[in-house]
Amino acid sequence: MPVNIVSFIKRDYIHSMAAKDIRLDGRAMDEMREVTVTKPFITSAEGSAKVQLGKTQVIVGVKIEQGTPFSDRPNMGVLISTAELAPIASPLFESGPPRPPAIELARVVDRGIRESETIDLAPLCIEEGEKVWMIFIDMLPIDMHGNLFDAFNYGAMAALSTAKIPWSKIDESKKDVPLDPHHAPVSLTAVKLGNKVMVDPSIDEEEVADARLTVVIDENDDIRAMQKGLNGSFSIDEIKYVVGLSRDLGKKVRPKLMD
Amino acid sequence: MSDPYTDVQLIDKKGLRLDGRKLDELRPIKIEVGVLKRADGSCYLEWGENKVIVGVYGPREVHPRHMQNPMRGIVQARYNMVSFSVSERKRPGPDRRSSEISKLLSEALEHVVLTDRFPRTTVDVYIEVVQASAGTRCAGLTAASVALADAGIPMRDLIASVASGKVGDKLVLDLGQKEDNFGQADVPFAMVGRTGEVVLLQMDGHLTIEEFDTIMEMNRKASLEVYEIQKAALQDRYSSFTEEGEAEPDAPEEEKKDEKKEKKSSPPPKADKEPKDAKESKEPKDAKKPEDAKKPKEPKDAKESKEPKDAKKPEEPKEPKDAKEEPKAKGEKAPVPEEMVEEAIPEKDDKGPAGGDE
Repeated sequence: MPVNIVSFIKRDYIHSMAAKDIRLDGRAMDEMREVTVTKPFITSAEGSAKVQLGKTQVIVGVKIEQGTPFSDRPNMGVLISTAELAPIASPLFESGPPRPPAIELARVVDRGIRESETIDLAPLCIEEGEKVWMIFIDMLPIDMHGNLFDAFNYGAMAALSTAKIPWSKIDESKKDVPLDPHHAPVSLTAVKLGNKVMVDPSIDEEEVADARLTVVIDENDDIRAMQKGLNGSFSIDEIKYVVGLSRDLGKKVRPKLMD
Repeated sequence: MSDPYTDVQLIDKKGLRLDGRKLDELRPIKIEVGVLKRADGSCYLEWGENKVIVGVYGPREVHPRHMQNPMRGIVQARYNMVSFSVSERKRPGPDRRSSEISKLLSEALEHVVLTDRFPRTTVDVYIEVVQASAGTRCAGLTAASVALADAGIPMRDLIASVASGKVGDKLVLDLGQKEDNFGQADVPFAMVGRTGEVVLLQMDGHLTIEEFDTIMEMNRKASLEVYEIQKAALQDRYSSFTEEGEAEPDAPEEEKKDEKKEKKSSPPPKADKEPKDAKESKEPKDAKKPEDAKKPKEPKDAKESKEPKDAKKPEEPKEPKDAKEEPKAKGEKAPVPEEMVEEAIPEKDDKGPAGGDE
């Protein structure tokens, strides 16, 4: 993967401004970029959405197909999330098999959805031990301007909210059933520069960040998933601060995704 | 949420767990330092039924050269669960889960390793989980930081790790296998022992914000227990040299020296340690050379008196002391200033990008 070069001048500038609570794009430290959701977006997918988070754009498609269940869960559907950091989105992305950053992204989004029991997997059983519905959440960035963790989470939730299980494909007498995701888990990602914490990092902020924390909170204000990344650290108080922001900001985003 | 297919009673009427532990009790932890001869540093750790072996190599040349960082070294941890470590054979080789864990552990370790002391190099940390029973990433990280210390890699501190969670509607420390499988939440956590900086945090499951706060406190306290066990293991390993006349021939001399000092005097010894490390970084070859390491007495004295001291003297007063004292005093806020103090050079700034891009 090409290494991104950030000049020391730029890095120092971002850090010194952050120390004064100023961000280069004029946002407050706890201010997210505008979220715009277009759904559904792809007709060939069972569920889909395009999400803009500021200038960051992602498309998420949900495909629902028949497959075989895991042997230890013979009567449960299967949920699989993947992310491809396609080269269309950034000069820093290369084609090829997913590298650790893409794997981490997909797994963090997956964890938020799985752990909040957003999708009830039991009704996805077609024939116990033989056939179940498999839900594939495929996430594609098309314009990378920072914070794919949240863009993907929003895209995945919005896409799931449009998804239908294509029962008519196996039995014409049946109707397609909406997937009807529950609990509306919404993520918020914050980064730390020096000793300042800011939410929804832009690409510049992400590149010079010391540490990153993603918190997924559901509609009851309960925590469902978390992930700390990068080689910096957070204090426990900073973590609690981000949890509180995630709860508050999630309330504003949730209706855009789920309604 | 408990598994719909099982009705496992995870906590009995007396409030004890399946393995008889109390809610806030760690599984037994045993750490052995320097178990591998070929590696530059190593550690064997048993944590309940978990068995983990860690080998450290480096600092050494970064293999794909484009991954070199001209300003500092990198830490590449490879977490691997071996095929026979679980009841149903695991397909060998890296999978998505282990890739993610390797990335997170590398990032956590980079936080404490003084990578600016050995630019363009890598420290490779191989974590082999040979028997797995919940909490393997925490066990691996705990063992890895001990192995790094054993390798004489300059570090600010050890990282201690533990996972707590929610089981049968109770908040419990250090989840066991069944608790992990059938529990309601899992929060793997790791902290720098002296400063309280959180360097690993994941969570999955379902917790209220209050429950999460409680779990973080449980994790914090338990990490300090783990931290003491790590320190004791290192002291055990290297104290034999002091007290028994260097009975063990294969320990690197420099390290012995350091460890000794630590034991005997609490605050000042640490200061010595780091400077020492500083030397090593300057002269990374020493750390690597197995030959040097194997000569117990002579090399020791020789090195100590000659190279290390000279090299150290200029640095000792500045970096180590500041670094250590600040964290103690300020606690959470210490991390940033601390780093700055330690690094007289402007390299610190590049942490962000390098870490992120790997």
